[in-house]
Amino acid sequence: MSIVLEKINFIYSEETAYQIQALKDVNLTIEDGQFIGIIGHTGSGKSTLIQHFNGLMKATSGTIYFNGQNIYEEGYHLRDLRSKVGLVFQYPEHQLFETTILEDVAFGPKNQGLSKEEALQRATEALKSVGMPEELYNQSPFDLSGGQKRRVAIAGVLAMQPEVLILDEPTAGLDPAGRDEILDLVARMHRERGITVILVSHSMEDVAKYVQRIIVMNQGSVMYDGTPKDVFHHYKELETVGLAAPQVTYLMHELKERGLLVDTDATTVAEARASLMEALTGVHSARKDFHVC
Amino acid sequence: MGIIKAKQLVHEYIRRDEDGNVESTSTALDHVDLDVQPGEFIAILGHNGSGKSTLAKHINALLAPTEGSLWVDGMDVSEEENVLPVRQTAGMVFQNPDNQIIASVVEEDVGFGPENIGIPTDEIWQRVEESLKAVGMLKYRHHSPNKLSGGQKQRVAIAGVMAMQPKCIVLDEPTAMLDPNGRKEVLRAARELNEKKGVTIILITHYMEEVVDADKVIVMDQGKVVMQGTPREIFSQVGKLKEYRLDVPQVTILADLLRQSGLNIPIGVLHREELVEAILKAAQIE
Repeated sequence: MSIVLEKINFIYSEETAYQIQALKDVNLTIEDGQFIGIIGHTGSGKSTLIQHFNGLMKATSGTIYFNGQNIYEEGYHLRDLRSKVGLVFQYPEHQLFETTILEDVAFGPKNQGLSKEEALQRATEALKSVGMPEELYNQSPFDLSGGQKRRVAIAGVLAMQPEVLILDEPTAGLDPAGRDEILDLVARMHRERGITVILVSHSMEDVAKYVQRIIVMNQGSVMYDGTPKDVFHHYKELETVGLAAPQVTYLMHELKERGLLVDTDATTVAEARASLMEALTGVHSARKDFHVC
Repeated sequence: MGIIKAKQLVHEYIRRDEDGNVESTSTALDHVDLDVQPGEFIAILGHNGSGKSTLAKHINALLAPTEGSLWVDGMDVSEEENVLPVRQTAGMVFQNPDNQIIASVVEEDVGFGPENIGIPTDEIWQRVEESLKAVGMLKYRHHSPNKLSGGQKQRVAIAGVMAMQPKCIVLDEPTAMLDPNGRKEVLRAARELNEKKGVTIILITHYMEEVVDADKVIVMDQGKVVMQGTPREIFSQVGKLKEYRLDVPQVTILADLLRQSGLNIPIGVLHREELVEAILKAAQIE
């Protein structure tokens, strides 16, 4: 169970003066149950890449296998693929359209061919899992706050019970509490349901805090692919392509340059705190030993 | 009087049914008082729906007060004849750069505003050049805006506002859609306009890190100004900020955690450099 991309190339407006190669020889394996972050500057190919995962865009060349099956093969049901690989676009609340929240969330499963009762059942479950209070189900989605609208839009994708959930900058424009709520929700889906999550983000701090693996895109190619520690270790190279490391990583590097023995691979506040406490109490106890002598 | 002054400003959004009867009203601004001095760099924080953007739209005369008053450079925004002069005094930059760029060449986009108000051609070119220079985009003047990165587009949008020679610029979440580099570029451009040209800046943002160098931070909640002070004063009240659905910069969180673990770290650390010094000091002195 996985998504495998083999030598994927994608060219916009091929054979015209505006030809742009958005993806260049991308080879990737998305294993089942992983929590993956994709980072890259604007125009690096992130959005083009994720639209290949569920067959919304067709590669100019190369092959994609979903659970071992070639999705470009004749007779392959792309429709099924799209309900298994759910994609939440940027500003998904712009796509809300139904008269009630419940109807809006039930639209996807209904489209999958489920009966009305089943679809409403799925919608209710999805709304519950994103923490929508039941008394709002029959209200218009347009009366909700920004963060709530976004949760309803995510519920719309969850109601289709995807095996893979892809979110394109799900926290853009949200306040800090809204940001935490959405990311905690996604992390819980990953933990409790074991679904694969792919998160496209411009926040290095969020990526470092939540994901297990980071894929860095640059000019249509995969530049790095590894754990947050491995990837942010290359913070100088990341800067040259418009990215950065989390703030605490910079702090740790500066402290090390100034002679304090700390872990420069710390990428989250918790890791930084642990390393600093060790380094500082270490310094303290060394000093005490010296006094004893 | 300050360049922007609000006195008991109230704004209500009124929803009407098909017959024009009032269905519901919601109070987006609830008796806001504000006094911004010329040349200040002000940041406004607040959760989604707290009233920040409604306030911003009053400064640009896109909305008129339901009650109370707002003056921009002494002009009352409720007076019909002040609408255009107010918009020339206070320019506005929005979240999505793609919604703000209209021409197919960068320099024409920047020149659109001054051309519209009948500035002589020579002066338009002069303003275009100066504005693009001020945001570091002069070498892209002949480029097509759709080939630019998000941060570059947003700087072109700022240059377009600058070309109107406003005394004040309101930026409403200008970095929400940008990558880390784009965010840095836009903030640097805003800071330089503030420092070198003395333009008053009002920055609305959800990124706490962008606020640490502002002269003053204003926190809004349910249409009211609930906190006001220097970044240090504001960010030393972590608990209160969390109540308002806000946060503090990552270095401030780390500094607080270290202090709670018994290290001698001062309250209200905002910058990385400060924390580096504080930690080194704590490491050497018992």
